[in-house]
Amino acid sequence: MLPSLSRRDYLIRFLQTTVGAWGVGVGLTNAQDMSVLGRVQDLSDARLRNFEEMVAPYVVRQTMKHEGVTLSLPMLADNGHLVPLSLKVDSPMTEASHVTHIYLISQRNPVPLMAMFVLGPWNGRAELSMRVRLSGTQMVVALARLSDGTFRYETQEVVVTEAACIDNG
Amino acid sequence: MTTARLQVPNRIIEGDVFKLRLLVQHPMDSGFLRDLEGVLVKRNVIRHLQCILHDKEVFRVEPTTGTSANPLFEFYLRATHSGELYFRWVDDKGYIGELRHNLVVEPANQSQAPKS
Amino acid sequence: MLLPITALKRCCVFWGLAWLGMLVFAAPLHAQQRLIALDKLQSGLAFTGPEILDLQADDFANPALPAMDKGAKLWKQVAGKSDKSCQSCHGETSASMKGVATRYPAIDKASGQLFNLEDRIRQCRQKNQKASEWPLESDELLAMTLFVTSASNGMPIKASVEGKAQSHFEAGQKIFMTRQGQMNLACTQCHDQRYGIKLFTDKLSQGQPNAYPAYRIEWQRLASLERRLRFCYTGVKAEVPAWGHKDMRDISLYLMWRAQGLSIEVPSVRK
Repeated sequence: MLPSLSRRDYLIRFLQTTVGAWGVGVGLTNAQDMSVLGRVQDLSDARLRNFEEMVAPYVVRQTMKHEGVTLSLPMLADNGHLVPLSLKVDSPMTEASHVTHIYLISQRNPVPLMAMFVLGPWNGRAELSMRVRLSGTQMVVALARLSDGTFRYETQEVVVTEAACIDNG
Repeated sequence: MTTARLQVPNRIIEGDVFKLRLLVQHPMDSGFLRDLEGVLVKRNVIRHLQCILHDKEVFRVEPTTGTSANPLFEFYLRATHSGELYFRWVDDKGYIGELRHNLVVEPANQSQAPKS
Repeated sequence: MLLPITALKRCCVFWGLAWLGMLVFAAPLHAQQRLIALDKLQSGLAFTGPEILDLQADDFANPALPAMDKGAKLWKQVAGKSDKSCQSCHGETSASMKGVATRYPAIDKASGQLFNLEDRIRQCRQKNQKASEWPLESDELLAMTLFVTSASNGMPIKASVEGKAQSHFEAGQKIFMTRQGQMNLACTQCHDQRYGIKLFTDKLSQGQPNAYPAYRIEWQRLASLERRLRFCYTGVKAEVPAWGHKDMRDISLYLMWRAQGLSIEVPSVRK
């Protein structure tokens, strides 16, 4: 599930995760969250995450370039509960060079990670679509990890008038 | 338990990189909302969903509460030979959803270059 | 010789006439009077954004489709002491249910009450199948209502407001025209007089019932017309009537009369 890392980088990530877990605000009742990366942000610190904070759990010292990723979401989302998202990563998807993981990260949602995908050369194309929830106007980050351990990313600002996560009858 | 629908192209030829669309009926309850009676609905989301073909995991997604209800996933696969596409997903309650599809891949025609 | 009309008499005559005039113009709308002409009727799709249009048009990934699949399954499922499925008596919906959704709400002959389609399905299940009750707004009832409604897809709405239904129609019309809630708004003010105008970022629709049950993105699931109407009450900050309330059915009947000729359009997606 997690990409292979050096022992040092793994230790750094482990510490980030456990310290982050202590900051949980909103009640997620599941103790054994299979995706440790699906933890809730500490809501007492009510500000938008910045880009560095958003990618920190995934990118530890590796090279990260703002290229090669096409991210597509509507500029104005009708409703935050269902926002169509498409993305494409330029990659030959061969054994030698392919995308291994894609992370979709939210700037404002209670849970920063919206979804994580695991791909390989068998996919032929690093292209996918899904529907996300956005709790308000925010930036979305699509982060792709390549087989050489480096990362590519793209961001997009989405205006959301009816936020998800808020009850409206 | 949950229903799901899969869409693949009608004709798939060896070497094609084809698109799959999977729509799973699941509430993806975030744990932040209340039901019609005003009671907080516990979090229940799909924790992971995998696609297995020829005994190998060829696609995996780990959604969170940030994924919409009744999630749709679209992705691509390179066609090699026929086999059973087996989708399996597990949610917070431990329910296992499954969908199987017999994938028919026609052998490549000598005169026809594979699409990509 | 004419008797002189005193100022007082003149006053009385004037106010008497004025009062009569007020009576005439303040009288309830005649059944034939439509505030939106029949050729100006528009489905909610005319007022939605491109994403919703795409979602609804997607014949694979329309989020209401899993419920349709479920409805189709339930139709064939044997239920209750009768050991019958809907199909056992009604065969295929394409034949037996064709046009049904275009004429509901309708008067139930046995009880004399106004039934919407959900009420009819629930009653059939309990009385004829002798099966457990499907609560209002339950997954099963919504799926079945959607499936039955889909047999009328593309057909024009034609609900009767004659006979016993007339009093319900008039009651529904009155509610539609009456100001309610803390916001003191009547349905007609937005949905007859101001449709097409933006309220924040949304265009006000005509409030048509032709696309229900609809997958409402806000609720992330299929929703009945009743649930949508109850939410309208929330919207004007009025006290929301209980589930199953007569008012909801009366309003639904008035809406169907108002939507005469508009096509049934399911499975639909709305905000």
